[in-house]
Amino acid sequence: MALLDVRDLRVVFHRRGTEPFPAVDGVTFSVEPGQTIGLVGESGCGKSVTSLAIMGLLPKRGATVTGQVMFEDTDLLKLSDRQLRDRRGRDIGMIFQDPLSSLNPVIPIGLQVTEVLQRHRGLRGKAAKTEAEGLLKSVGIPDPNRRLGEYPHQLSGGMRQRALIAIALACRPRLLIADEPTTALDVTIQAQILALLRQLVEGTGTALIMITHDLGVVAGLCDQVNVLYAGKVVETADRHRLFGEPRHPYTHGLLGSVPRLDSPRGEPLAAISGSVNDNIPWTSGCAFAPRCSNAIDQCVEQTPALEDDGLRLLRCFNPVAPETAASQEVPA
Amino acid sequence: MSTRTRDKIDALAKTSADSGGTSLAVDALKRLSRNPVAITGAVIVTLFLLLAIFAPLIAPKDPYVRYLIDEIRQGTPLGGRPGFPLGTDQEGRDLLSRLIVASRQSLIVGVMATLIGLAVGMVMGTLSGALGGWTDTILMRFTDVLLSIPSLLLAISIAALAAKPGQWTVIVAVSIVSIPIFARLLRGSMLAQRGSDHVLAARALGVKERTIVFRHMLPNSLSPVIVLATLTLATSILEAAALSFLGLGDQDPNRAEWGAMLGEASQRYFDVRPEMALWPGLAIVLVALGFTLLGESLREALDPKNRR
Amino acid sequence: MTALPVSPAPAPSPAGEPLVDVRDLKVHFPIRRGVLIDRIAGYVYAVDGVSLQVRRGETYGLVGESGCGKTTFGRGLLRLVEPTGGSAMFDGTELRSLKGEQLRRMRRRMQMIFQDPLSSLDPRQSIDSILSEGLKAHDLYGSQETAGKKLRETLTAVGLPASALRKYPHEFSGGQRQRIGIARALILQPDLIVADEPVSALDVSVQAQVINLLDDLQVEFGLTYLVIAHDLAVVRHISDRVGVMYLGGLVEEASSDDLYADPLHPYTRALMSAVPVPDPEVEDARQQILLAGDLPSPANPPAGCRFHTRCPWKQETRCDTERPELRELTPGHRVACHWAEDVKAGKIRPHEVSVELVRPSGAGPGDGRVTETVAEVAGTLPPKS
Ligand SMILES: Nc1ncnc2c1ncn2[C@@H]1O[C@H](COP(=O)(O)OP(=O)(O)OP(=O)(O)O)[C@@H](O)[C@H]1O
Ligand SMILES: Nc1ncnc2c1ncn2[C@@H]1O[C@H](COP(=O)(O)OP(=O)(O)OP(=O)(O)O)[C@@H](O)[C@H]1O
Ligand code: SF4
Ligand code: SF4
Ligand SMILES: [Mg+2]
Ligand SMILES: [Mg+2]
Repeated sequence: MALLDVRDLRVVFHRRGTEPFPAVDGVTFSVEPGQTIGLVGESGCGKSVTSLAIMGLLPKRGATVTGQVMFEDTDLLKLSDRQLRDRRGRDIGMIFQDPLSSLNPVIPIGLQVTEVLQRHRGLRGKAAKTEAEGLLKSVGIPDPNRRLGEYPHQLSGGMRQRALIAIALACRPRLLIADEPTTALDVTIQAQILALLRQLVEGTGTALIMITHDLGVVAGLCDQVNVLYAGKVVETADRHRLFGEPRHPYTHGLLGSVPRLDSPRGEPLAAISGSVNDNIPWTSGCAFAPRCSNAIDQCVEQTPALEDDGLRLLRCFNPVAPETAASQEVPA
Repeated sequence: MSTRTRDKIDALAKTSADSGGTSLAVDALKRLSRNPVAITGAVIVTLFLLLAIFAPLIAPKDPYVRYLIDEIRQGTPLGGRPGFPLGTDQEGRDLLSRLIVASRQSLIVGVMATLIGLAVGMVMGTLSGALGGWTDTILMRFTDVLLSIPSLLLAISIAALAAKPGQWTVIVAVSIVSIPIFARLLRGSMLAQRGSDHVLAARALGVKERTIVFRHMLPNSLSPVIVLATLTLATSILEAAALSFLGLGDQDPNRAEWGAMLGEASQRYFDVRPEMALWPGLAIVLVALGFTLLGESLREALDPKNRR
Repeated sequence: MTALPVSPAPAPSPAGEPLVDVRDLKVHFPIRRGVLIDRIAGYVYAVDGVSLQVRRGETYGLVGESGCGKTTFGRGLLRLVEPTGGSAMFDGTELRSLKGEQLRRMRRRMQMIFQDPLSSLDPRQSIDSILSEGLKAHDLYGSQETAGKKLRETLTAVGLPASALRKYPHEFSGGQRQRIGIARALILQPDLIVADEPVSALDVSVQAQVINLLDDLQVEFGLTYLVIAHDLAVVRHISDRVGVMYLGGLVEEASSDDLYADPLHPYTRALMSAVPVPDPEVEDARQQILLAGDLPSPANPPAGCRFHTRCPWKQETRCDTERPELRELTPGHRVACHWAEDVKAGKIRPHEVSVELVRPSGAGPGDGRVTETVAEVAGTLPPKS
C-alpha cells in the first residue's frame, strides 16, 4: 500500500481584486515506502504549494485546499491543526530551499534539534543531546559536539542544509519532503547533499519527495518522476523511461533545452518558445498549447486528461512519437 | 497547427492581459482606487480641502463679528441657540463659523510647514546621497542633532525663541522638525539606489553621473518621501495646533485656529461648556486621521512587493 | 600606458587578436571595523591575481562556485569596481589609466548584461527611455526618427515586438526582460559584452532561448563575449574557451572541448563530476568525486594552493606552502596545479580528505578570524555505484 496517496489535490488562491487562481489544479501521485519520487517543473508551476498543502502549512485564509492526501489511512486534509502538528515532524519531515530562513537565527542548532526530539520522542537532557549529536554526525557535520552550541549564521550554507536535514530526520519520519534542497547551494555542495539524501533513503527506507526544477538532480535520484506544468501533472514515468523517451511535448522540450555537459557542442539548443506568461487556462484547453509545437485543434477545445498507458501517465492529445522522443537531436 | 487554432490562442491570450504601457504611478493609482482605507482617507482630506478653500462661503455667519456680546456675562460662552447651532465663544462670535474658517489656518500651516520641510530636507538628502563623503558626514551629523531632540520640544523652543510669535514662527518651527526626517529618509533610499543593479547598469552604459542621480536615483527614492510627506501633513497640523494650544501661535485674538480654540476652551471653560473643546479637538483628529490613512495606503500602493 | 583618445574608436584589432588582455588583476575589498573611526581590519581577496586574454570574436566563459570572484572580476575589468592591482588592456588601451570622461566614452565599446533582469532595469523608465539612454549618453541619439528606427531594429534583433517600447519592465516576463537587457547593451554596438550570469535567473525553458539568442547575435554583430556563470554545462555550451575560478584565482583554462575531455585540475574534475546530467544512464554510471567541506573564506584564503583544504589529490609537499602558477601543460590548456602531470597520468590517486573545516566569511564571532578544525568526515559518503 502506498505510504502517501495524493488524490486530485487542488489549491485555489483568492485575492481581493483578482480572479481565483488555481496554483495546484488536481495533482495526483503516490509514494511507496522507500521510494523516491520527483516533482519537476518550472518556477510557479505549483511545486511548493503542493508540498505545503500536504503538510497543511498553507494559510487558512486566502487558500482553498480540496482533494485527498491519504497518509496510510488518514486524510491529512481532514485533521485538526493539533493533530497535524503532531504528524508533522513525526511522520513527515520537510526540508526547505533556504536553510538560513528556515532555521531560527537566535537559537543554537543543538537546541533546535533537541526541541524536536523532546516534543515528538520525549527525549530529554543528556539522552536528547547524545541523540542530537548522533544525528548531526549522521548527516556529515564534523565535530558535532561543538556545532550543537553554534548558531545558524556560524554555519556555511551546506552545513545549514545538513543541520536542517538532521532536524527533519530527528523523529525518523517515514516520509521526507525536500523542496529544492540544493537550489541555493553550489554544485559541489549539492553533490554532497544529494549523496547524503540518497544514502538516507537506501539506509533507512524513508520515502522521499524531491521537488526541484533541475532535471539533472531528478535523473540521478528519483525512481519515479512527475512533471508539473501550470499546476497539473503532465507526465509521470519511471525515470529511465521519462528521460529516455519523453512523450509529452513539454518534457521533451525541457530535455532539449538544457545544455548537457556531455553533449557535443556547436548545436543550438532546442528551445521551447514563449514563456509561462503565454499559458491559457486549463479550462479552455491545454495550458501549454500556445508554446507547444505539436498542438492540434483539439488542444484548444478540450482539456487533455491524464491517461495511463501502462508504462506512463500522460496528459496530451498529440504526444511526441516514441521514435522521435528517443533521439534528442530532433528540435522540438 | 491551423490558423484557426492560432487565432483562438491569440484571443485567449489577449483576455488575460494586454494593458501595455502602464507606469508604476498609474499602477499604484489603480490599486489605491480599490482600497477602502485609501478612499476613506481621500474623502476626509478632500472634504477638508473643500472646507478650507470655500470657508468664507460655507460659514453661516461672519466669524469675527461679536453678535451676542451683550448676552455674555462674566465672559461665559453661550450654548446652542437658533442661528448659532454650536453656540458662541466668550466674545459672542458664532462658534460654527469660527470652526469652519479655522480649517484654513490648519491647511496653510500644515501645507507650508510640510513643503518647507520637504524642500530643505530633499536638498540635504540629495546632496548627502549623491555626493557622499564629507558633505554627507556633516549634513547627517546636523540632522542627528536635530533628531535627538524630541520634536515637540524642538518646535516649542524654536517658537519660543521668536521675538514676536505668529503664524510664521509656527510654520518655521514645525518645518524644522520635519527637515531631518525628510533628509535622512531620502539619503537612505538614495544610498540603497546607489548600490542597486539598475544604477550600476546605467554606469556601465556610460551615463553621466549627474544624469544617474537625477534620472535614476532620485525618482526611485521618492516614493517613501511622498508617503512621509502625507503623514507629515498630519503631524504638522497636530504640532501647529499644539503650539497654538500652548499659546505660542498667532497672538491676534481675532484669528480662528483649532489649536488655540481647543486650548482656550479646555483651560478656561471646560467646567461650564465642555463640548466647546470637543469640536476643535474632533476636527484636528479627523483631519490628521484623513492624511494618515491616505499616507499609509499610499505606502502600501507604492510598495513594489504589492505589485502583481 | 598612454591614455589614447578613445572616441572615435581606434582601428579595431583583427579577429583572433586579443581584445581583452588582463594581467594579474587584483580586487581586494577592505574589511572595515570600528564604531567611530573606520579601521581596516583586513581584506577580502575577491580577485587575487587573474590573468586571461579574450580574443576578438570569441566567447570566453568564466565558471566557478559562489563567492569565487567571478562577478568582481567582470566588474573590475570594466572598472565598475576599482581594481587594486594589475592591468586590464582593452583593444590596446590600458583601462586602469583612463580618467573620468575618457572612461565614460570607452564604456560604449564594452557593455554588460546582468544576472537579475528585473532589478537591472529602472522600474520607472519605459523601454523606450531605457534603450535610448545609452544612445543619448554617447551622443548617438540623433533625431527622433533615426533613433526610433534604431530602437525598433534592436528590439527585432532580440526578438521583441516594437510595441514593447511603450511598456515598462514589470510588464514583461523574465526572459523578455533579459532580452531588453541584451538590447540595451547591443544598441551601442559594443565590441565586448560582459554577461554576468545571463540566464541563471531564468526559467529552464526560457534559458535556452536566451542562450540561442546570444549565439545568434554574436554571429550577426561580430561580438566578443565574456560570459560569467556558475553552471558549467551552460558555460561549456556557449563558450569557445573556459576559465575555471576558485577562490579568487584562475585554476584552469582550456578550450571547451578540451576541458570536458581532459580536465586537469583536481577542482575542475570534482566540479565536472558534480554537475548533474539529465540522463539516468549517465548518472548511474558516473563516479563522483565528492569534495569535502566548503569553500574557504576569501578573507582568509589558505596558504599555498588555495584548493589544498579540499583537494583529494593533495600531496605532502608544495601543496600547502607554494601557490601554483598557471602554466601551459598542452597547447592552449593552462592549469594551476603542482601535480597536474601526475594527476593526468594517473600516477597519484585521489584519497579521502581529512577536512580542514573552514567557516564562511564573517561567521566567526567578533573578530572575523577563521577557525580551523580538523575533522574526520564531511560529506565523503561513498558514491552510489
Ligand atoms: N500564498 C500565496 N498566495 C497567492 N498565490 C500564491 C501563494 N503562494 C504561491 N502562490 C502562487 O502559486 C503559484 C505556484 O507557486 P509555487 O510556489 O508552488 O511555485 P513553485 O513551483 O514552487 O516555483 P518555484 O520554483 O519558483 O519555487 C505561483 O504562481 C505563485 O505565485
Ligand atoms: N563590495 C564588496 N565589498 C566587500 N566584499 C565584496 C564586495 N563584493 C563582493 N565581495 C566579496 O567578494 C567575494 C567574491 O564575490 P563575487 O560576487 O565576485 O563572487 P561570484 O563568484 O560572482 O559569486 P556568485 O556566484 O555568488 O555571484 C565574495 O566573498 C564577496 O562576499
Ligand atoms: S495537448 Fe496539445 S498542446 Fe498540450 S502538450 Fe499535447 S499536443 Fe501540446
Ligand atoms: S597543487 Fe596540490 S592541492 Fe592544489 S590542486 Fe594540485 S594537487 Fe591539489
Ligand atoms: Mg518553490
Ligand atoms: Mg556573481
